[in-house]
Amino acid sequence: MNGYGVLAKLISLGVIALVAVIAAAKGHDAAYVFHAYVISAVAMGLIVYYSRSFSFAPVGPAPASESTYSDEVIKAGMIATVFWGVAGFLLGVVIASQLAWPALNLDLPWTTFGRLRPLHTSAVVFAFGGNALIATSFYVVQRTCRTRLAFGNLAWFVFWGYQLFIVLAATGYLLGVTESREYAEPEWYVDIWITLVWVAYFLVFFGTLLKRKEPHIYVANWFYLAFIVTIAMLHIVNNLAVPVSFLGSKSYSLFSGVQDALIQWWYGHNAVGFFLTAGFLGMMYYFVPKRVGRPVYSYRLSIVHFWSLIFLYIWAGPHHLHYTALPDWAQTLGMVFSVMLWMPSWGGMINGLMTLSGAWDKLRTDPVLRMMVLSVAFYGMSTFEGPMMSIKSVNSLSHYTDWTIGHVHSGALGWVGMISMAVVYDLVPKLWKKADLYSNRLVNWHLWLATLGIVLYASAMWVSGIMQGLMWREYDDQGFLVYSFSESVAAMYPYYVIRMTGGLLFLIGALIMVYNLIRTVRGDSVSESAVGTPALAT
Amino acid sequence: MASREKDEISGIETTGHEWDGIKELNNPLPRWWLWTFYGCIAFALGYMIAYPAWPLVSGATPGLLGYSSRAEFVKEVDSAVSAQAAQREMVKTLPLEEIRNNADLLQFAVAGGRAAFRVNCIQCHGSGAAGGKGYPNLNDDDWLWGGTLEQIHTTLQHGIRYLADPDTRQSPMPAFGADEILTPEQINDVAEHVLSLSAQPFDAAAASRGSTVFAENCVACHGAAGEGLREFGGPRLSDPIALYAADKAAIVAQVTRPRHGVMPAWNTRLDEVTIKQLAIYVHSLGGGEMPVP
Repeated sequence: MNGYGVLAKLISLGVIALVAVIAAAKGHDAAYVFHAYVISAVAMGLIVYYSRSFSFAPVGPAPASESTYSDEVIKAGMIATVFWGVAGFLLGVVIASQLAWPALNLDLPWTTFGRLRPLHTSAVVFAFGGNALIATSFYVVQRTCRTRLAFGNLAWFVFWGYQLFIVLAATGYLLGVTESREYAEPEWYVDIWITLVWVAYFLVFFGTLLKRKEPHIYVANWFYLAFIVTIAMLHIVNNLAVPVSFLGSKSYSLFSGVQDALIQWWYGHNAVGFFLTAGFLGMMYYFVPKRVGRPVYSYRLSIVHFWSLIFLYIWAGPHHLHYTALPDWAQTLGMVFSVMLWMPSWGGMINGLMTLSGAWDKLRTDPVLRMMVLSVAFYGMSTFEGPMMSIKSVNSLSHYTDWTIGHVHSGALGWVGMISMAVVYDLVPKLWKKADLYSNRLVNWHLWLATLGIVLYASAMWVSGIMQGLMWREYDDQGFLVYSFSESVAAMYPYYVIRMTGGLLFLIGALIMVYNLIRTVRGDSVSESAVGTPALAT
Repeated sequence: MASREKDEISGIETTGHEWDGIKELNNPLPRWWLWTFYGCIAFALGYMIAYPAWPLVSGATPGLLGYSSRAEFVKEVDSAVSAQAAQREMVKTLPLEEIRNNADLLQFAVAGGRAAFRVNCIQCHGSGAAGGKGYPNLNDDDWLWGGTLEQIHTTLQHGIRYLADPDTRQSPMPAFGADEILTPEQINDVAEHVLSLSAQPFDAAAASRGSTVFAENCVACHGAAGEGLREFGGPRLSDPIALYAADKAAIVAQVTRPRHGVMPAWNTRLDEVTIKQLAIYVHSLGGGEMPVP
């Protein structure tokens, strides 16, 4: 490596380490001090790492050839996806158990539901989902542009920078740091860091698009790009805040009252729309046709549903604030845009499912494809349920109940979880240059365990959510409330146990995946009859 | 770049683009999809004409239906209030005993009291009003401050040891052990005596020594035979029902360093009618007493 480049890196890392140590010494609260130490430790670690590669030798040839794809960072992304996925699912099972058996809060501040819940949501959405999106977008954009990732090792900065963001966010939650904004809990300094990482991500992705060797930009890349750009905008606006001190973790939002709530849900809903929907649609648009070996069903549908989805989604956020202080006109806006969003969402499902036309028989023999198709089916279900729940009269029953949790999870476990894990199954043998997975039958086990888990989860939450809604609004004939809130909580118990069981099945499925992938990477192959054929004769 | 070609399986033309082996068919938009999309847009436009929708410089278009969620809310509250107005007025003006003797009004008061109890009282007294350790059971006839309608009503209004209310009920039992009024031996003896009062197994020698201690220190509030004196809030000791526990260790602990639970005064939090309804509801739970004539 270029000696002067390394020297510049060493100096800037030294400055960062020094500033972080000073911040640690002067910090006002424990979490801030801890994070300052983490940052200085990372900077010092990097100094050691770069010092060892220090050399004044003349610049040699570029180590990585421009004629190959940069796949090492994608491999790392696969590992991170699987690791954070299992961690996030496990946390989900833990907090689901805490709801059924509150003693599991352990009476320790760090393990209470209030701190573990954002840990769970961030682990699954940002750590698991985010790593899956970054890794697959790097994979897809290279293949569909026939060019190597732009800006050399910047992709590695994106990868490691993102992991640092996850660690800072997660440890912050455990130590009690929160902005109290759902899905945007990290405090101001973590927000600034992830902004830098995200800009680097945008540069790598967009730079690769710019140097593409294909005349057109493939539809998957439209979705990935929409995801990257919109998430940047949402993140920055929602996190505009004034730190109490640059030496402390606390900050206050720039907005207040109902404006603050509206900004938060404009962010929150579009995190669902652009992170969990558009990004993963990008994934689907590449991996489904690739796996099936058939053309995408309709180019025109992909254009119309892309632009209508992008245009309509951004207005739908106010439906999270029905029957609140939000003015009626804004509630109307949120509702009608959500209703109009139904078909644009389903456009993705149609294009996903109909791409199989002419090759449906492959479902019989390919459990990974089965998982993809099932995820698209769950996508279709939850994008119908969402617009329905945004209708005010439905929302007056469903709002604040477990129904919302069930809806989110049929999307998160069914759509986001299943498509990501199917893609991991698809990519790992390719990236590690293996002929096939260790076992396709284990994929099938994973698939059915996960499906059963989702069905248990979603149906338990439908029943308990609708029951909650009905109990809260039950008046006797003299106009008095029939149930106390605590009676509605007590009535949830059996459904909370069922929900925990569903989550546990999903987690077991993921653990089977981990085993299967480790054996695959090691190059093992089990002797089994192919899926869709009779079992091996003994 | 591949050129346009016909897909063999579907017979549909491709767009001629290809990326990493992926092609696209040139299928038209599914008609049902398009018409459902148009339908949703039409619904949205209609809804935006009917309901408040378009933000203007000051305020928004009200919509043809003149809907407003605040107006709707006020209307619902008004109709709920007016439906109960006549009965609430009667509960407000009539004395408690008269409400209890009017079957319709009693039913109204009990229903209202139950609803208010579920919101305000179950946190301590439990959803079945059976209480818990440190929180009195309201279903039995073991009352600390009395179980007539008036007495329950007074407790509700002013609370217990709620110092912000000058009329609150007070029963400060001295810390006989912590303040060294009694020796540990004396406390042991008096505990044995209390066990004997409530017909639990006890040590006869210690209990007989304890009876002197009891007579000198306890009878003023708990009565000569431990029957309790409600005017001072002195709990009855002659039964094994206790706020915390009735075993010896609990008695020793209470005599050594008594715990004093607090109930808030509800007259600053709830309206007059609701407090009366609560008194009648609690009275109806099973332990309600009649006033002494």
